[in-house]
Amino acid sequence: MKFQQQFESRSHSYPVPVEGVPSFDFDPYASEVLRDPYQYYEMLREAGPIVWLERYGVYAVARYDSVRNVLTDPETYCSSAGVGLTNFHTEEPWRQPSIILEVDPPEHTKTRAVFTRILSPRALKKLTSTFEAQAELMVDRMIEKGVCDGVKDLADAFPIKVFGDAVGVPAEGREHLLPYGDMVFNAFGPANDRFKECLANLGPATEWITKACQRENLTPNGFGAELYAAADAGDISHEDAGMLVRTTLSAGLDTTIFTMGNALVNLGRNPDQWALLRDDPTRARATIEEVLRFDSTFHSFYRTTTRETELEGVPLKKEQKVLVFIASANRDPRHWVEPDHFDVTRKATGNMGFGAGIHGCAGQMIARMEGEIALRTLASKVESIELLGEPVLHFNNTVRGYTSMPMRVTAKRH
Amino acid sequence: MPTITYLLADGTKTDIKVDVGANVMRTAIDADIPGIVAECGGAAMCATCHVYLEPETESVFTAISDVEEEMLECVADDRQPESRLSCQLNVPAGVDRITVRLPKTQS
Repeated sequence: MKFQQQFESRSHSYPVPVEGVPSFDFDPYASEVLRDPYQYYEMLREAGPIVWLERYGVYAVARYDSVRNVLTDPETYCSSAGVGLTNFHTEEPWRQPSIILEVDPPEHTKTRAVFTRILSPRALKKLTSTFEAQAELMVDRMIEKGVCDGVKDLADAFPIKVFGDAVGVPAEGREHLLPYGDMVFNAFGPANDRFKECLANLGPATEWITKACQRENLTPNGFGAELYAAADAGDISHEDAGMLVRTTLSAGLDTTIFTMGNALVNLGRNPDQWALLRDDPTRARATIEEVLRFDSTFHSFYRTTTRETELEGVPLKKEQKVLVFIASANRDPRHWVEPDHFDVTRKATGNMGFGAGIHGCAGQMIARMEGEIALRTLASKVESIELLGEPVLHFNNTVRGYTSMPMRVTAKRH
Repeated sequence: MPTITYLLADGTKTDIKVDVGANVMRTAIDADIPGIVAECGGAAMCATCHVYLEPETESVFTAISDVEEEMLECVADDRQPESRLSCQLNVPAGVDRITVRLPKTQS
């Protein structure tokens, strides 16, 4: 509340940033930051509960409590202005806004309910044995190879196969989904060189994905078909159904791939933690949760104020973008004991790797399931994983993961 | 200050004093009450913060939304008329005590 009194008398004419708010020339999208963001997050967290980022003219929150407060107050901090830096209320978005991600209640509630049904724990149970069989095949192949690539052979291959099948898109050409997802997540940041290059290199990806999302190209029982069935039932429009298939694909693939790769990297770097999982594969679910906390895939996105308000004692104008660092919240020592320690025995639930509140990731249960099954299968069959050299980091404005990870795996002796 | 009473499946009972507006799931997580998992952290996606409302508490809360109804179909223990997801329950003003019973399992 310390800034409040100072500005109460002239709340309509306060400068931006408000005096006394720590202000930085920091660029969260610079390559050196993306390479190792956590020292910078610590700087932001320790500077105060809210900071100003000069380069982009936005406030930012990086502490656990302030991140949660913003994400759980959608009436004040909305998504309809876009969850990237671009304000859809005042600027032209790069594509038509998503009716689940970039929308507020009551419209959001309707779409969300459709996803809740399609991706519910009950619906996902039916997929378990198919996912398990596929994971076994892939892990067996890795063991056979001995020296393999953790990303190409598992982190990439597994979600592309099982999630692609679950949505029901054609098997041929699924590699186009990755550059499209890369584009979507770059677009949440500024129109920097990374974004421009990604857009220029999209190639046939957009065309492929548009076609793949058409009803006649989807398998009859997948999530895609179910979205169209929801349109038949009148819950959403048919045009929306096609768009939501696209959203499902772009939101659900790159992210799961990166999360699985991040799991492999951290288990490879921490043999003691791998041993805990290997000796008790039922730890797989908790391990994925700790990966989401310790090495979050999604790093940051934005909310936009719907009215004049006050955040952490700082008055905010209407239409103010607020950058929300969820990956930093997941390392905040105010909330976590030894946050920089990767610990698969930790109770990591409550991390905000999937966001929080009404816009919390709709696909989080299938993402957890994919991660759990892949890790459990690996831990059941593999004795040791050894990283061979430095894994290759992928640079994206918003999500963090690897594109290649040479490793050696050895089979368990039975 | 209102009190939330959590009746655990093993018969133990925990009282927690809260502010008006407190969330029943979040209060349990912050107090480390066993029996509430809340894997999705309140996004109404996981159905692992299932509770049963005691009779005197049933009329206190807002009605079950479509999304909560969908999730209640997915709870691990028996679905009862008094079943709710605790992430959807905020303590309203003018209530002294909320009593919830925890199920035997959440997964």
